[in-house]
Amino acid sequence: MARIDVNHVRHSYLPNPQKDADFALREVHHTFEDGGAYALLGPSGCGKTTLLNIISGLLHPSHGQLLFNGRDVTNLSTQERNIAQVFQFPVIYDTMTVYDNLAFPLRNRGVPEADVDRKVRETLEMIDLASWARKKARGLTADQKQKISLGRGLVRSDVNAILFDEPLTVIDPHMKWVLRSQLKQLHRRFGYTMVYVTHDQTEALTFADQVVVMYDGGIVQIGTPAELFERPRHTFVGYFIGSPGMNVMPVGIDGKTATLGSQRIELPGAPKASGAVELGIRPEYVRLGRDGMAVSISKVEDLGRHKVVRAKLEGRDIAAVIGEDETVPAEPKVRFDPAGINIYADSWRVEMGA
Amino acid sequence: MDKTWNNKAWFLVLPVLVLVAFTAVIPLMTVVNYSVQDTFGNNVFTWAGTEWFEELLSSSRFWEAMVRNLIFSFIILAIEVPLGIFIALNMPKKGWGVPVCLVLMSLPLLIPWNVVGTIWQVFGRNDIGLMGYYLNALGIDYNYVQDPFDAWVTIIVMDVWHWTSLVVLLCYAGLVSIPDAFYQAAKIDGASRWAVFRYIQLPKMQRVLLIAVLLRFMDSFMIYTEPFVVTGGGPGNSTTFLSIDLVKTALGQFDLGPAAAMSLVYFLIILLLSWVFYTVMTNYDAER
Repeated sequence: MARIDVNHVRHSYLPNPQKDADFALREVHHTFEDGGAYALLGPSGCGKTTLLNIISGLLHPSHGQLLFNGRDVTNLSTQERNIAQVFQFPVIYDTMTVYDNLAFPLRNRGVPEADVDRKVRETLEMIDLASWARKKARGLTADQKQKISLGRGLVRSDVNAILFDEPLTVIDPHMKWVLRSQLKQLHRRFGYTMVYVTHDQTEALTFADQVVVMYDGGIVQIGTPAELFERPRHTFVGYFIGSPGMNVMPVGIDGKTATLGSQRIELPGAPKASGAVELGIRPEYVRLGRDGMAVSISKVEDLGRHKVVRAKLEGRDIAAVIGEDETVPAEPKVRFDPAGINIYADSWRVEMGA
Repeated sequence: MDKTWNNKAWFLVLPVLVLVAFTAVIPLMTVVNYSVQDTFGNNVFTWAGTEWFEELLSSSRFWEAMVRNLIFSFIILAIEVPLGIFIALNMPKKGWGVPVCLVLMSLPLLIPWNVVGTIWQVFGRNDIGLMGYYLNALGIDYNYVQDPFDAWVTIIVMDVWHWTSLVVLLCYAGLVSIPDAFYQAAKIDGASRWAVFRYIQLPKMQRVLLIAVLLRFMDSFMIYTEPFVVTGGGPGNSTTFLSIDLVKTALGQFDLGPAAAMSLVYFLIILLLSWVFYTVMTNYDAER
């Protein structure tokens, strides 16, 4: 296991990158702690797979440095870095048995056959495929194949980290949940450093201790699921995390008051914001009732556990979450819970002043 | 699957059946008819029974042609399949090189067979042929018209030149269908170049290779045009394959009876081999 330092890494797929837009990965400077479970979360094309492939060594970064436990590995090959990676589509060696698939990485490294046998049997137990050892790998289901891909990483006791590149994309929904909890268990029992790339927030939030949200080639926020939810550092994190995403609306700031059209909203502090100022509030903190700002309801979505109310406030779309048994009043009005208000200047969050 | 029996459907396939009858069944029956009769022309036939078959199966000429044919097929498979795989592995997977390579590879396949024969016939001549002339100028005694070994070399090189492309294109199609993740996973697993070939590329090419081997075997076993144009079956009988022998018998000597018997035996051999290949391929699929 290893601590992974990503030092000012930039990457471009172009031979001669000039401006920021040429970089698939603008600049990443971050440390993945030893034994941590991280998720890289972001939309397609945000650079998360690029970052993962740089860590595994499949890509060589245009700029920057990569350290494993303080040792520079930037110029080492994938094999020398001793990394395990699980890909989006299960990679198995068709013609081999399950057992031989797991033995393959060890045999390639010239491990004595007795050790190979011991390690493979251990790993088969870990991934729950012991009874399949002698079967040809190509006859397995997608989730079993994905377990084999994972197993080929786990079988090497000295792997520095296990990287996952959207590993559950092709897995049936009910098996996703099972595999994800097995991954969590493995992490807890053996303390692997795990980095998990996904565009699915549920996957990221349930898997990781720390979620790294990426947007447009850069990291916008790193935090626990709760931090990402309560205090999104960037409006993108607000939109992207949560369902429905955060309500963001342009406002004017005057001391401890925000003005939205003709409405005045009390703030918990006086933020010093300049530039394009926006107010962000999660639908969970929008209170629907008989007092506050008047809204016109356009739609109510009943999700079973709660209801999502879509409405218009000062001509802007706004979403609110209400309890399953609450009803929408005849003349609906909303209030914003001050605890849930965040102020953004040019898309980045600013602290509330005193 | 539930099948609905619909007798009207037979009416719809009738044109095809009639066409097949005229193009395949009736000519085949004519051949069967010839094979048991003797003729001296003028459309006068006499019953010959199994005489032609007995004569054919006991004639060394037939068996020699057959052995030549098998050796030829074996040699060109042994060269074209590994060579085709090797070239396919080394072809670019992306960029401007792809269309260039594909067009270059397809060129020999686009040339009519008798033209291929003519090209090599001229190419190998030691008075005006580019290859023949310079080989002799270099002091190599090369003359495919007189030396059976040189004739074989010429025909084999010609076939390799003509048909390796087919193996290459089939293998290449198999190779490009392998997702990048397989190569990346292999790198992570520390696989050697040989292991990548053995456990990733070869298994993915297995099916197209079977088809390639089948096609190349059938075609080479029925080869006629190119050796006929280049050597005419000579020198002596050294490059007389089954099909050339057959045409010599039927059209050269106008021995319709023996030629018909020979066609039938030839047909049965190919049918048998096709069946063997078909069985091997379907068994292979069932195993998956």
